[in-house]
Amino acid sequence: MSENRAFKSRDWDSHPAYLSSEYKSTRLRSPTKPLVPLVQSLSEITGPVFGQESVGPLDDDLTKNGVTGGEPLGERIIVAGRVLDEDGRPVPDALVEVWQANSAGRYIHAVDQHDAPLDPNFFGGGRCATDAEGRYFFKTIKPGAYPWGNHHNAWRPNHIHFSLFGPSFATRLVTQMYFPGDPLLDLDPIFLATPTAARSRLVADFSLDVTEPGFALGYVFDIVLRGRNETPMET
Amino acid sequence: MKKKQTPSQTVGPFFAYGLTPEQYDYDLTSIAVPEVGGQDVEGERIRIEGQVFDGEGAPIGDAMIEIWQADAAGRYAHSADGRGSNANFTGFGRVGTGTDPQQRFFFETIRPGAVGNGQAPHVNVVVFMRGMLSHAYTRIYFPENAKAHASDPVLSSVPAERRETLIAQLDESGAIRVYRFDIHMQGPQETVFFDV
Ligand SMILES: [Fe+3]
Repeated sequence: MSENRAFKSRDWDSHPAYLSSEYKSTRLRSPTKPLVPLVQSLSEITGPVFGQESVGPLDDDLTKNGVTGGEPLGERIIVAGRVLDEDGRPVPDALVEVWQANSAGRYIHAVDQHDAPLDPNFFGGGRCATDAEGRYFFKTIKPGAYPWGNHHNAWRPNHIHFSLFGPSFATRLVTQMYFPGDPLLDLDPIFLATPTAARSRLVADFSLDVTEPGFALGYVFDIVLRGRNETPMET
Repeated sequence: MKKKQTPSQTVGPFFAYGLTPEQYDYDLTSIAVPEVGGQDVEGERIRIEGQVFDGEGAPIGDAMIEIWQADAAGRYAHSADGRGSNANFTGFGRVGTGTDPQQRFFFETIRPGAVGNGQAPHVNVVVFMRGMLSHAYTRIYFPENAKAHASDPVLSSVPAERRETLIAQLDESGAIRVYRFDIHMQGPQETVFFDV
């Protein structure tokens, strides 16, 4: 399948600006000069290829991939959804990588110093690849909220970090999925750095259909990557 | 049905065990590593290394850098490149800046060839870090190709006084060629980032 159409631009009405002064770390880490427009070429419309063979059998089950002899503590959940482009077409073979805190709000990462317990049976990292219809599916534990040093009494809302590879280097996306009804969302400078109209796209929907009776609540989080332009690229 | 793009969010400080686990000694197989391509890949072996500096000139120890490049013959390992690439070369690398005492990133790779569309040989780069809400695209060019740079359409689109931020510096003191490529988020040497 050779497809040489360029991708639509990053929609800056959807993405946060680099500088968001309420999120303090952006102040010294945001480019100050405008981005230089780049006409896409083969370098941008190609990208690393991943697929089902890139992931292991337990990679999509975070309730099992970190166990050391017991079950992870916390509320089991299912997170499912589709990866689509801007025209609503499924993106197959998209690599979806996730990482998250445990149910107590603690990452296993060495620099996480939050005084909450580690869970010996929870690792918190996983991945899967989308199927032909763009679907992905994880089993995990609902992550806890955790404090951070941005300002006095700052807490991150419950969230799962997502990293996505679509069909090209241009469609690369790293984002976070939040949970509906979380009171911390309206207080979180990272969530609030997102343009108002786009924020709801970061919040999963509770779904009784995805919920497995007697096992776990289900959430649906669809992810939309950049679509293709109408006309082929000049080469 | 038209859909709107999912907003980007920061990679945060805790990506290492999920995205670069082997480099940081976590118990998960890495899907991408700083060593790009196997030993049997044809081409000149090079190392690219550098630091990422914040607006006060301090090196950043929780950034993640990804590269994507053509093989030695200028071909990308992707279906949109009809030429097909060296079968053993993926062209993709990923590294965090947190395991080196100087917060350097590094890639062991091969020198990319010219793709053949008028662009000089280059490595495509994405930068992620805590404090960066949307990833940033840049490119690494090689100092030996000054002549090709003069006609490269991407470099030509960059204001002349900023072009050198995209050109690596050669250090020939070791056994293999090492290219130094520092990324400055701000300041007088602020790296050129592209709206890809
Ligand atoms: Fe987090």
